[in-house]
Amino acid sequence: MTQVISTHEVGKRYGHKWALRDCTLSVPEGKVVGLVGPNGAGKSTLLHLAVGLLTPSAGTIDVLGASPTEGSKQLSKVGFVAQDAPVYAGLSVAQHLRMGAYLNATWDHRFAESRVGQLDLDPRQRAGSLSGGQRAQLALTIAVAKRPELLILDEPVASMDPLARREFLQSLMEIVAHGGVSVLLSSHLIGDLERVCDYLIILARSRVQLAGEVTDLLATHWRLSGPRRDPSSLAADQVVIEESHTDKQTTLLVRTEQAVLDPTWTIKPVTLDDLVLAYLSNPPRPERPALGAGQSSRRPDLGVVR
Amino acid sequence: MIRFTWLQFRAQAAVAFGALAVIAIALVATGPHLAHLYATTVADCSVHGDCAAATTAFASKDRLLQDLGNVLIALPALVGIFWGAPLVARELEARTERLVWAQGVTRSRWVLVKLGFVGLASAGGAGLLSLMFTWWSSPFDRVNIDRFTSVFDQRDIVPIGYTVFAFALGVAAGVVIRRTLPAMATTLGVFAAARVGFTQWARPHLITPLRVLSPLHLTSGMTYNSVNNGPLTLVGAKPGAWVYSAAVVNKAGHPVASTFLDHGACLQSRAAPACIGQLRELLVYQPASRYWAFQWYEMAIFLGLALVLAGFCFWWVRERLG
Repeated sequence: MTQVISTHEVGKRYGHKWALRDCTLSVPEGKVVGLVGPNGAGKSTLLHLAVGLLTPSAGTIDVLGASPTEGSKQLSKVGFVAQDAPVYAGLSVAQHLRMGAYLNATWDHRFAESRVGQLDLDPRQRAGSLSGGQRAQLALTIAVAKRPELLILDEPVASMDPLARREFLQSLMEIVAHGGVSVLLSSHLIGDLERVCDYLIILARSRVQLAGEVTDLLATHWRLSGPRRDPSSLAADQVVIEESHTDKQTTLLVRTEQAVLDPTWTIKPVTLDDLVLAYLSNPPRPERPALGAGQSSRRPDLGVVR
Repeated sequence: MIRFTWLQFRAQAAVAFGALAVIAIALVATGPHLAHLYATTVADCSVHGDCAAATTAFASKDRLLQDLGNVLIALPALVGIFWGAPLVARELEARTERLVWAQGVTRSRWVLVKLGFVGLASAGGAGLLSLMFTWWSSPFDRVNIDRFTSVFDQRDIVPIGYTVFAFALGVAAGVVIRRTLPAMATTLGVFAAARVGFTQWARPHLITPLRVLSPLHLTSGMTYNSVNNGPLTLVGAKPGAWVYSAAVVNKAGHPVASTFLDHGACLQSRAAPACIGQLRELLVYQPASRYWAFQWYEMAIFLGLALVLAGFCFWWVRERLG
């Protein structure tokens, strides 16, 4: 699988504080990739490193086979919509399109104008008076009209109402349907992204907790419930992600490539929501051996998917 | 990138160059009249007689001169505050740098074009205003020949240096502070300090002054002065020159006290060659011919400082923002 982004132990430090540390991950080509993690996980920092807005304090990051700060050729290959979709409040919609035309050699003005028309935006309206949803649509138009190979969106729908959110994701899916662009979008809620993503990366505390095709993830994670028992007695290929016990019952969320054959378990499929929450609330903590050495060897860090 | 810089800058440019046009119209409307007035009253005053009265009458028409002089003094600060400080700071404040730096133009090019374009506009605006004003005020300047001290920084080319310096200072304050208003305040404070400091402590040392000891020779327009019975000095020596000190000294080179005036009415009479023959005048001054050298030096120094600040902005935007 070709990668559009691959990082190796990349980190960004502000003073003594690390916003992102030792992050190693890969983003596959030709997919819509969701980057999910709690606030403060370093998602924005990672995306800013990928578009060259920030330079790493440690490690390496490689985007489309080059350093993100390589130059204007690299910049023209990556489209970016920053969090809250910043636009120039004093410039009109049409002037934003002119900015795009002035600053991008690969600019597709016909596309930009027709999209503004479809969105029912008044070209003369100042961007400062657009609604949040319209602003994000304008920012998306600018990012897509430069015809990038990779489109990166930072929390694109976080501050939108449900209707604007649906329309925005609809637009995004139309753009993806035209093909030729890989998409990476971040969110702290998987619910936002579930409809559009076909690949998922879960990031918590700078670490990749899980990465994979959505269909594969759903096919390899199960919720098991049955009489109370010790999770360590499970088959070797079953990795416990989350466990909860009552006096009589045990409920587990396990990852396994094989079918679960033990007849004492009631087996249910998991939703993407359950899965993300399980990984986010139970991140593997190698720095905390209190969980037990056995535990950590049973829970390998799934950081690298090559 | 130039076209986009213009797209962002044109509203500010329109305000500034509109104001410049209004000033130009006012100057063109009144300038020929002033020149005519000068030609008919002051220039041929010796024919009519009373030159002093004509000069005083003419010089009293300088109200507009004062106002426009103040505009020229304030112009660099205004450029620094309203063009320089927001140039990058406003982007950082509105977080629009995340939009523009993700376009197909590198950050280095972005900041270089912005600095260059708006910097040149600053230099051009200041140059135009100063040129117009210098032309308009030339009749006054012929009456008030003290070019070094009272009007030096409102004439000819030094306003260009000040303005470009203030602009670069504003940009630098903006990139470091990252917020528009504090950057504006800092720009004003640092610029005022730099100007006052330079005028007070640097300008007098740009060129070593002439130091001339000569027999005391009073010409018309020169008088004696003494503060609190202190040493005797001369006022009005070397018209048009920048006089640092003009002391009256005796043969031994020592300053003469003002009480010397009382002895035998030696000086008042002006008719005592023996008395005056004992005295010398010790002048430390910059001759009038050095005016342009001072203009060039001062402009070059401020432009040099502006260049250093611009380099700093470039480095900071490339390396420190991100």
